Amino acid sequence: MEDAIQVRDLVVDRGGRRVLHGISCAVPAGCVAGLLGPSGSGKTTLIRAVVGVQIVVSGTVTVLGRAAGAAELRHAVGYVTQAPSVYADLSVRENVRYFAALHGLGAAEAGRAIDDVGLKPAASQLVGNLSGGQRSRASLACAMLGRPGVLVLDEPTVGQDPVLRADLWGKFHDLADAGTTLLVSSHVMDEAGRCDRLLLIREGRLVADDTPAAIRAATATDDLEAAFLQMIREQETEHAPQEATR
Amino acid sequence: MSVRITLATAGRILRQLRHDRRTVALLLVVPAALLSLLYFMYDNAGPTFDRIALIMLGVFPFVIMFLVTSIAMLRERTTGTLERLLTTPLAKLDLLFGYGLAFSLAAAVQASVAVGAAYWLLGLSTNGGAGIVVVIAVVNAVLGVALGLFCSAFAHTEFQAVQFLPVVVVPQLLLCGLFVPRGQMSGWLQGVSDALPLSYAVEALMQVGAHPNPTMTMWRDLLVVAGAAVLALVMAAATLRRRTG
Repeated sequence: MEDAIQVRDLVVDRGGRRVLHGISCAVPAGCVAGLLGPSGSGKTTLIRAVVGVQIVVSGTVTVLGRAAGAAELRHAVGYVTQAPSVYADLSVRENVRYFAALHGLGAAEAGRAIDDVGLKPAASQLVGNLSGGQRSRASLACAMLGRPGVLVLDEPTVGQDPVLRADLWGKFHDLADAGTTLLVSSHVMDEAGRCDRLLLIREGRLVADDTPAAIRAATATDDLEAAFLQMIREQETEHAPQEATR
Repeated sequence: MSVRITLATAGRILRQLRHDRRTVALLLVVPAALLSLLYFMYDNAGPTFDRIALIMLGVFPFVIMFLVTSIAMLRERTTGTLERLLTTPLAKLDLLFGYGLAFSLAAAVQASVAVGAAYWLLGLSTNGGAGIVVVIAVVNAVLGVALGLFCSAFAHTEFQAVQFLPVVVVPQLLLCGLFVPRGQMSGWLQGVSDALPLSYAVEALMQVGAHPNPTMTMWRDLLVVAGAAVLALVMAAATLRRRTG
């Protein structure tokens, strides 16, 4: 399978501190890849690099065969930031219609996107009056417009109710089946099992890049959280002597 | 750049404004209320009121639109909508011209209310027509919008954005010829005044006050103000970065 996202030796500094220490990974086209890691591990920085808004020190990020952030990708990549970046002083419908207009789409497409995230009953409410979960779904609707080839979602399921969270993951897989590649970040390990592939990062380094099944097999455990813990411990003992000689 | 995206952006900004009824009310009422205050200060209509009220009709839209725009743009930056917009097909100039268009429409409504109140309620009398005063007021508003968009790049918080008012707007007010005629200023001060766009806006308004028909000087001044606005918009575009640290 062709890779929709390719990251090679990516090094990023933010605020004078090294946040990513040479990450290399790839996301095959048409899959749901989970980017997992604790808060502060560099998930958002990696995501920003993939959508092309992050200044990088070195390394390359390629999306759909083009350098991340290339003008041709602005139609093809949907991006949902961690804090829902929609206009609080507009209604859900007005927000989604505006983002639809940016992509040259009409009111019908906007209505479908609102329906897709389950916000139809709240379509005429001001985003500022919605709950946190509804707000992030409004933000998601704006990114799903026009079926982007790559959809990059930074913690889209935070604060969603369990039924809705399951719905959203179902929606993500539907999109992937239709050909969209999704990169979804989360700090909740119980979402790891819902992904086709997993990227685990910790302190700016990649700990694992594999399918959930392969990770379970390699560590001989069914529990992904325990599997990750084991992989982190193994790598720490490998890296410890090198770190000491620096 | 795309006309469709620019218009969609202007429409979105106007929709945001429409939801904020208090801001709309303030935009419409405040200039007319302040002119009424001037009217009573100068003991009803008269030559002094005519001179100052005419200049104020050009100054209000400039100051108010500068403030409104710099806060609006700062909100785009701090809420993350700017970062998101810049990952979409929107061009930087689509956003900036969208703001320019939306707020100049708002300024046109505001200026019409203020000019209407000044001429019909407060008895403002000028040799030139009221229509051209509205035109100058709208061009001033566009200048305020453009400078506001540019300055918001240098502010990280609302506190800082508001501080740009005394830095960018007040010197232009002091040196525009309202307090001391520009001809009576010392040479270096005149030089500074010549470099500030509001001086030309005020001169254009004074031309309307003194002459029944638009003069060449007035058209030249208006062109200078419009040119300064376009320059500020282009500089604002240069401050928008798709990639940040």
